[in-house]
Amino acid sequence: MKDQLEKIKREALEKIDASDALDKLNDIRVAYLGKKGELTQVLKSMKDVAPEDRPRVGQMVNDVRTLIEEKLENTRKELARKAREEQLKREVIDVTLPAKKNSVGHSHPNEIALNEVEQIFVGMGYEVIEGPEVEYDEYNFEKLNIPANHPAKDEQDTFYITKDIVLRTQTSPVQARVMEKGKLPIRMISPGRVFRSDEVDATHSPSFHQVEGLVIDKHITFADLKGTLAEFAREMFGEETKVKFRPHHFPFTEPSAEMDVTCFKCGGKGCRFCKGSGWIEILGCGMVHPHVLEMCGIDSEEYSGFAFGVGLERIALLKYEIDDMRLLYENDVRFLKQF
Amino acid sequence: MNTSIAWIKAYVPDLNVTAQEYTDALTLSGTKVENYTCLDKNLEKIVVGEILSIERHPDADKLIICQVNVGSETVQIVTGAPNVKVGDKVPVVLDGGKVAGGHDGGPLPEEGIRIKKGKLRGVESCGMMCSIEELGSNREMYPDAPESGIYILPADSVPGADAVELLGLHDVVHEYEITSNRVDCYSVIGIAREAAATFRLPFYPPVVKETGNSEDIHDYLKVRVEDEDLCPRYCARMVKNIKLAPSPEWMKRRLAACGIRPINNLVDITNYVMEEYGQPMHAFDYDTLAGHEIVVKRAKDGDQFQTLDGQMRALDHDVLMINDGEKEVGIAGIMGGENSKITDDVKTMVFEAACFDGTNIRLSAKRLGLRTDASGKFEKGLDPNNAEAAINRACQLIEELGAGEVVGGMIDCYPVKKTEKRIPFSAEKINRLLGTDIDAGTMKDYFKMLDLGFDEETQEVIAPTWRQDLERLADIAEEVARFFGYDKIPTTLPSGEATTGKLSFKLRVEGVAREIAEFCGFSQGMTYSFESPKAFDKLLLPEDSPLRKAITIMNPLGEDFSIMRTTPLNGMLTSLALNYSRRNKNVRLYELANVYLPKALPLTELPDERMQFTLGMYGEGDFFSMKGVVEEFFDKIGMTGKVHYNPDCSHPYLHPGRKAEIIYDGVTVGYLGELHPDCADNYKIGEKVYLAVLDMPNVEKFATFDRKYTGIAKHPAVTRDISMVVPKNVLVGQIEDVIAQRGGKILESYQLFDIYEGSQIVAGFKSVAYSITFRAKDRTLTDEDVNASMKKILNGLKDLGIELRA
Repeated sequence: MKDQLEKIKREALEKIDASDALDKLNDIRVAYLGKKGELTQVLKSMKDVAPEDRPRVGQMVNDVRTLIEEKLENTRKELARKAREEQLKREVIDVTLPAKKNSVGHSHPNEIALNEVEQIFVGMGYEVIEGPEVEYDEYNFEKLNIPANHPAKDEQDTFYITKDIVLRTQTSPVQARVMEKGKLPIRMISPGRVFRSDEVDATHSPSFHQVEGLVIDKHITFADLKGTLAEFAREMFGEETKVKFRPHHFPFTEPSAEMDVTCFKCGGKGCRFCKGSGWIEILGCGMVHPHVLEMCGIDSEEYSGFAFGVGLERIALLKYEIDDMRLLYENDVRFLKQF
Repeated sequence: MNTSIAWIKAYVPDLNVTAQEYTDALTLSGTKVENYTCLDKNLEKIVVGEILSIERHPDADKLIICQVNVGSETVQIVTGAPNVKVGDKVPVVLDGGKVAGGHDGGPLPEEGIRIKKGKLRGVESCGMMCSIEELGSNREMYPDAPESGIYILPADSVPGADAVELLGLHDVVHEYEITSNRVDCYSVIGIAREAAATFRLPFYPPVVKETGNSEDIHDYLKVRVEDEDLCPRYCARMVKNIKLAPSPEWMKRRLAACGIRPINNLVDITNYVMEEYGQPMHAFDYDTLAGHEIVVKRAKDGDQFQTLDGQMRALDHDVLMINDGEKEVGIAGIMGGENSKITDDVKTMVFEAACFDGTNIRLSAKRLGLRTDASGKFEKGLDPNNAEAAINRACQLIEELGAGEVVGGMIDCYPVKKTEKRIPFSAEKINRLLGTDIDAGTMKDYFKMLDLGFDEETQEVIAPTWRQDLERLADIAEEVARFFGYDKIPTTLPSGEATTGKLSFKLRVEGVAREIAEFCGFSQGMTYSFESPKAFDKLLLPEDSPLRKAITIMNPLGEDFSIMRTTPLNGMLTSLALNYSRRNKNVRLYELANVYLPKALPLTELPDERMQFTLGMYGEGDFFSMKGVVEEFFDKIGMTGKVHYNPDCSHPYLHPGRKAEIIYDGVTVGYLGELHPDCADNYKIGEKVYLAVLDMPNVEKFATFDRKYTGIAKHPAVTRDISMVVPKNVLVGQIEDVIAQRGGKILESYQLFDIYEGSQIVAGFKSVAYSITFRAKDRTLTDEDVNASMKKILNGLKDLGIELRA
């Protein structure tokens, strides 16, 4: 019996060693350990063994069985590993072959600039509000402290539809529309198209985009205006950006200012881009003129506020170094795909 | 506005800063300096030379050899200039020095031109004698320079002295951008006052003494203003025994630096005072004034008038005129008349310094097409009190220059005197607006520097009449901020109630539109809101199409930009055409922009501005790819119901057999289709173009970002496939309507999986196959359940003339 077990063990192990495929291993398992397998047959012949020897023989049979099972399992793992290895070798590709791209479309550079502006101000608690592009003279001018006969109303700058209706020349009329509703405090920005009677050339377009900003609350100061716009400049143009406020004049703000930012190409050292000055003019702003507040029914003694206006095209042209404004309205896909 | 720094220093003598420092400081205090030009740029080692002798060049007919005393030595200079003679004093650039330009007066080279010792036709020449062009200027500014040749300096010039200094070229011209509220700064005095305040230096404006002889102007002249609304003030003075002569060098140089050509003492004084005081003046020849009278009144419609440039001008009732006792002699504030202009024979003249209504002057100048230096100043709205100061200053200069005898007295028509404005002052309120902590004393110091008065008793700032921009405390706050320094104001963030930042629902839906369009390969375009009415013809719109009812711009840039668009298609097609003409392949564009639909024409109220989501493409893809984009968009904005497509629609620009209106829940939300080939021809696009236009206000009615989870089905689905023979004119949409309506509650979905026309199918029919899926939420469906639904569907299909395929 012992010899028989030894023989089974030897033969089985030899066969396993000789196997080079997983299905062969399975055959071996069936041949020795299956219902009709050789080892199972030995077990079945236990009834012929003397009862006192049975535990010992039983132990021997189990030992052989365990040995074969372990060997089978180890070999199976080894073969599986080899097979996987082969597969991986077979599947090597040339990673420098061309990519298969989904031809995803691109946003217009104006839109990208607008999204950045919107994100910054929405993050600071500003609501985005739109207004009409064809606007009453009253909102575009009168309520912004630009009375009849003011040179700014000259036809040279403004497209008129009728005596009382114009294509808005600025997004500022939205200020008046929002203030008039009387819901205070106000923190809003208003992006949109504006129109000026400029012939088309590399730096002018009769239609362009602005973003207007307005904050009205108790105790709003010029210092708040400076802080807010400095924060905007850092978010928009980089953490290192410095700002400079220069006095200026707008009919609907007082005091008024223009804001320059340190050139985002040279960081303020002076380069071709900023014409050597180190600064780039970026927006107009100021404290809302008390008369404008009063015309919209807001008590200028109790409330104050600031307003600002940014040209989107200006930002897009500067940021992306686009040298001709006409490119923005041609819609050549070779241009659009660069953004 | 340009000024010479030398002129500014005449009133701010302690000013001693570089051109760049001046530029930076004035810009930060509110007088923006755009740029500056150093008149002595690239002028190096240029001295006065005296020509001691001249001999002919042995080998060149056109050259001469001069011995020139340049102070420290005598040098030999060869020149081709025809105009020099022995004894002349001339500007000489020494060996190693630089001049600004060539003798031809062309554009100045950035680095100038270096002059070195050399030989001309074998004869040594050490330096160069200079023409005015080589010194970077021209004969306009130096009328006494010869047409070609060396500039001859005054005979008393000292050899070796700085010739640039002598020519007044050690000067800097600053160009300012003056804001429209600071009319007073359109003058040298105004800017000098700002400069003095900016640098905290004393300011010495010109001191005007009393002028005139013992006579009284009233004995010579009468002045009557009939239209006082257009002429708040009219001042006149007279000068007799006029002696025309060139102005002194200092006056010529100051005018030239401002870009004004010196002419003679009378003209120059008028121009000088206009620059200095910002007050235009006019001079009439007294002997041409009939009745020795001046009447200021409106012209009559249809009047013709010859201005002193010889042109005839057509007048109207809104043009203010200067008349004498009989006739018109000048257009007020714009230009004088040919009939009264100053000639070289003038003996006696009348000086006018007036204040005319700015708006009237601006509009008149525009109607006449005649914008002059004077009208440019008047239209800003001048201070009537400045007129008197200016005319007295002019008379003082007449006396100082010996240009004539000033007659005593002034005629002054000034019915309503303009007075100073008083503005209540509160340092606390100013600090509260600025976010600063500036003490009242400092603020008052700023006011003093600016010549603003202050009434301690009433605590009021007194704004002089030239400061028309100062009206209320906010204006005063700006003065404080400017001189405290915008850069010194702290930076804080607004305190107060927190607000929520957000996008409107409309903007969120538009955001999804962009996302889907770009995901589907469309890039964002932007086109103009105005276009040519010819676009309607290109789009094949019939004459009576409502889309032709467009808003017209009164003053467009041209016909091509004259109407507000009522459809976004022309912009899209023009952009696609541009890409096509540039051979770009597979182009997909979208735009989100408004169309402008008038409620009535002409416009009495604002039009309906409707946001349109427009998609256009050529190249890869077809009608159904475009339809897919539309439906992806609808899915993403929660429009998950059935979308209907109605091919029976107008849209003449679309292919008649490949177009549809997009209907959602009974509402037309847009249309899509293939561009009509005729229309493609009009835009010169040689490929099939597919378009979709969604009317966003209607889309938004159905859009929602609310989502609710519905349980994932636990019970199995049953799928039945049907294959049908369908009359060709029956649309798949009709089949789907039947399935949807008759499938009952257990109908889950249906999908077209085959459509075929061809040899196995009888002519006039097509084969269509659908896979229909049923499922119940609460149980496993039985065959009976499904059969019942299928039977209803098949009965419905039979009504459309559809048979099941054998």
